[in-house]
Amino acid sequence: MYETTYHRASSVEDAVKLIGSAEDGKLLAGGQTLIPTMKSRLAAPTDLVDLRQIDALKGIEVSGRSVRIGAGTTHAEVAGHAGLAEVCPALTHLAAHIGDPHVRHMGTIGGSIANNDPAADYPAALLALGATVVTDKREIAAADFFTGLFETALAPDEVITAVAFEAPAKCGYAKFPNPASRYALTGVFVAKRDDGVRVAVTGAGDDGVFRADAIEQALSTSFEPSALEGVSVPADDLMTDIHASADYRANLIVVMAKRAVAAANG
Amino acid sequence: MSDVSMVVNGRNVSGSLEDRTLLVHFLRDTLGLTGTHVGCDTSQCGACVVHVDGKAVKSCTMLAAQASGAEVVTIEGLAEGGELHPVQAAFKEHHGLQCGFCTPGMIMAAVDMIARHPDGLDEATVRDELEGNICRCTGYHNIVKAILAASEAMAGKARQAA
Amino acid sequence: MGVEGIGARVARKEDARFITGLGRYVDDMVVPGMKHAAFVRSPHAHAEITGIDVAEAKKMPGVIGVLTGKELKTDGIGNLICGWMVHSKDGSPMKMGAWSPLAVDRVRYVGDAVAIVVAETRGQARDAAEAVQVSYEEKAAVTDAVEALKDGAPQLHPEAEGNLIYDWEIGDAKATDAAIAEAAHVTRLKLVNNRLVPNAMEPRAALGHYDKAEDHYTCWTTSQNPHVARLVMSAFYNVAPENKLRVIAPDVGGGFGSKIFIYPEEIVCLWASKKTGVPVKWVADRTESFMTDAHGRDHHSEVQLAFDADNRMTALKVDTIANFGAYMSLFSSSVPTYLYATLLSGQYDIPAIHCNVRAVYTNTAPVDAYRGAGRPEATYVVERTVETAARELGLSPAELRRKNFIREFPHQTPVIMNYDAGDYETSLKAAMEAADYDGFAARRAEAEKRGRLRGIGMSCYIEACGIAPSAAVGSLGAGVGLWESAEVRVNAAGTIEVLTGSHSHGQGHETTFSQLVAERFGVPIDSVSIVHGDTDKVQMGMGTYGSRSGAVGMSAIVKALDKVEAKAKKVAAHLLEADEGDIVIENGEVKVAGTDNALPWFQVALAAYTAHNLPEGMEPGLKEGAFYDPTNFTFPAGCYVCEVEVDPETGHTEIVQFVAADDFGNIINPMIVEGQVHGGIAQGVGQALLEGCRYDAESGQLITASYMDYTMPRAGDLPSFKVSTSNTPCPGNPLGIKGCGEAGAIGSPPAVINAITDAIGNNDLTMPATPQTVWRALKAAH
Repeated sequence: MYETTYHRASSVEDAVKLIGSAEDGKLLAGGQTLIPTMKSRLAAPTDLVDLRQIDALKGIEVSGRSVRIGAGTTHAEVAGHAGLAEVCPALTHLAAHIGDPHVRHMGTIGGSIANNDPAADYPAALLALGATVVTDKREIAAADFFTGLFETALAPDEVITAVAFEAPAKCGYAKFPNPASRYALTGVFVAKRDDGVRVAVTGAGDDGVFRADAIEQALSTSFEPSALEGVSVPADDLMTDIHASADYRANLIVVMAKRAVAAANG
Repeated sequence: MSDVSMVVNGRNVSGSLEDRTLLVHFLRDTLGLTGTHVGCDTSQCGACVVHVDGKAVKSCTMLAAQASGAEVVTIEGLAEGGELHPVQAAFKEHHGLQCGFCTPGMIMAAVDMIARHPDGLDEATVRDELEGNICRCTGYHNIVKAILAASEAMAGKARQAA
Repeated sequence: MGVEGIGARVARKEDARFITGLGRYVDDMVVPGMKHAAFVRSPHAHAEITGIDVAEAKKMPGVIGVLTGKELKTDGIGNLICGWMVHSKDGSPMKMGAWSPLAVDRVRYVGDAVAIVVAETRGQARDAAEAVQVSYEEKAAVTDAVEALKDGAPQLHPEAEGNLIYDWEIGDAKATDAAIAEAAHVTRLKLVNNRLVPNAMEPRAALGHYDKAEDHYTCWTTSQNPHVARLVMSAFYNVAPENKLRVIAPDVGGGFGSKIFIYPEEIVCLWASKKTGVPVKWVADRTESFMTDAHGRDHHSEVQLAFDADNRMTALKVDTIANFGAYMSLFSSSVPTYLYATLLSGQYDIPAIHCNVRAVYTNTAPVDAYRGAGRPEATYVVERTVETAARELGLSPAELRRKNFIREFPHQTPVIMNYDAGDYETSLKAAMEAADYDGFAARRAEAEKRGRLRGIGMSCYIEACGIAPSAAVGSLGAGVGLWESAEVRVNAAGTIEVLTGSHSHGQGHETTFSQLVAERFGVPIDSVSIVHGDTDKVQMGMGTYGSRSGAVGMSAIVKALDKVEAKAKKVAAHLLEADEGDIVIENGEVKVAGTDNALPWFQVALAAYTAHNLPEGMEPGLKEGAFYDPTNFTFPAGCYVCEVEVDPETGHTEIVQFVAADDFGNIINPMIVEGQVHGGIAQGVGQALLEGCRYDAESGQLITASYMDYTMPRAGDLPSFKVSTSNTPCPGNPLGIKGCGEAGAIGSPPAVINAITDAIGNNDLTMPATPQTVWRALKAAH
């Protein structure tokens, strides 16, 4: 790791001020991706602004079907939240399968979506849930937030404060993990509402998380795994690496979608 | 440079460190607590697991400065009053270690795992929960056995105390 | 047996420090004034070095020194060597290219060391290593051994034309070809044995300390054989004469072969310590380990197995190409020859065998012994082919194997080995019973209802351990003898120290070796200390690899114990005024058999040291040494049965049952033996399902350079194993033991692959059988 300067922010305003005055600063949430990236010398921020001690960023509120998750909430806290499990069990299931127990104790929802790793789990959930990303400056629809590989709509000095959404009638998530890294080789989040079905795919797209139209259409007619028999998704814009080629990922998208629907239907 | 201070294994400690110093290096190089190991660069092997404020974390994926003000427990601080922690005892009894390098992280992970599952553990859960700890020697067979045995033993103790 | 003697499940003594965080590994060592090293490494797979500019790096904060290969050469440090001479079939010696510890004019793989930086902190050393400016002229690279043999392939070493190190053969080609021509059936397969990275959890490390006052060097290193390291560093690399070099291998966090070899880093750290005047520590990070630890396997083979009309094997012909990487590592030449081709008879009576092996340079990390070393490759060849033949011939896999088992011992194979003892039928039967082989059809039908494809596969392996008679290996080209040494020191108050040339890096020697003493003298194992891993304490030894520490290392201890026992009896007989032949030692007492005329053990020891009343002419003291040179290899064997379920939609394989039935001869500590089997199986399953080292064919970059891309077996990838042992004692050593360290890794890969190919109905499957690979094989089959 290159040398850097560490700052601990006491509030969101403090964080914004610190990051604004840094030459090439980075916000440090749980650090479970940023620290390893710095260790391998692939990132070299001059300054780190630690958000972990800001109480205002923590906590989960569930009111009816309205959900608000503080950006500094850890994966373990999301995974273990009984109220959230009631209205959106797919999200607690998803959080319970990010990384490993130790990573889940540190990693946060805000850190994960700000990084927008193409194989991270949360982006699929937010996109399928039609969630809103709340920052210190504005509210951004998930569809507008994730803009490409490791790219988001965030300004350099913008701090995510929360994620908010209305829990759908049904939702499910199924992930086929990369055998080595255990990130999603392909992960599919399905959400069914009165006004339709949204299906978002992570780990597979060569430009990050995306919605799978063909699967949404098929499931709009019948929200059953059987509705996906014979459905295929094009492999054109999917990733190829040593673990999975595009056509294998195309297959996995449909298989994981079926399993996500089965999970959603309980 | 950062001034850090924290409680490690019940003792107040402090140091003035390069900001880039990882918690694991503060523990090993500054405090001489070399039981916590580094086995990878990508936060996957778990040889560095310690408890920070009561939770298992990877000390190679946290700056020492981030942990300033926290309470840290390492493998050296687990046995109390010279008596092995039940997880340590179970690893020995069930041959849950060979070369010993992953062992401190395994044991710290297991203690955390058992604490999070007060109603007990089964084999599938233990294997799933060991996602973040890699062992190259044991094939995990006896590690799983040791953790299940420790979980039982600790539940038994808790019942006795109740 | 006593509660702590031979055969007892004694909990390990060494665990006390490991479970409390008090183990002492190389990176835990601190020497006053110690500084930290980082290596400058080649980012290219193949390039000429046209210049190295260290000026900027030297100005960086904390930098103490920056040293390059030129200075190393000026100081007379020698090239790395391969210590086992293999001759091609035309009689010419193997073609060894020069390997400088720091590359001088050419780099040949990504990670090749070019310079060392010594600085105050690790971070500063790495910062400065990045500032060393190396100018490269890139050359075309080749990473695949088959490609490297082709005309026009990039050439690595001027010494090795066509990248060919040797073209070696064993067996009778003519008889083999004739038998194949006359065969009623021939099974033919092309097999790839995938390249693996050993991945001991403790990364390699070295701490070199030159003491100017004494003109003496100390090297702490992650080694499986510190004495061999000292010998090689002295005799070949000219670091220092042996009497001026102490090598210490303290607690070592796993080896699996990768820590047998002498690497550039420990040599360079020692030399750099003298050059810079400070102790120099280097610790690999995991990516450095992936790049520079010696890799394992990487064979391409073509196999023909011939049968007569009665389904008896008549001949086996194998043609193998072995990837050696960019340089010949210490024992590399022996792995695909004497540790591989000599085991191709498996458990079967095959009258004619021929194997040809071509060893090839490529622009990849050096390849050498990794757990099993040659024997997993041989077992994979034999056991995949036999299982395939059974399917082709319409026989059950067990039936075909049974028909061809060797049943009389000793048995001379056509490929050097003389099997001394074994009972393959018993292992097969035990494995099939434990696996409920007969109930498989019902389990398969039940799985089908759940949409899962269930398969079962078998593997009957043999291996040669306890390597081996020194004269025999010498005649085959080994540069060292393969005996072991031991010294038993009984202290004046009766406690005992055993000094051994074996090295423990997870095997539990402190416990099992103590059990030998407890068995012999009836003393508690806590009164016995095992001393190893330090060339200043133990005079000489050959170290631990090839499952040799039981069969060879413990046999040396037994020899020394014999001598101590004989002397102790003489002393006791004199003191008890009895006949020497009537003295027995049991339960910590030395006594006249059948009487209560006895002395406690410590009194006999004390008498030997006070020397007030010893037999006429006897020297004082109670300390004896011994060297043991084995008379033959040992031949552990067994049968493994693997059962899998494949998810046809994703290709994911779950191992639902794994049974191992091994014959290791006599066993000292069953708990430790079972642990060795578990670990070996995990590595074998890793090879079969998960692990595969990949280089980019064009650029020669290592793609699998971290755990993000190289799949290590995790707890969730494996089941609990069902293991059992049977026993045909080894007649060749005093303890009757065979060795158990590698069996799991040797026997399991073909069992796993045979199970998957059974499940999916397609035999064309390569390792690692990742979900994608299995999914493709399934698609191809249907």
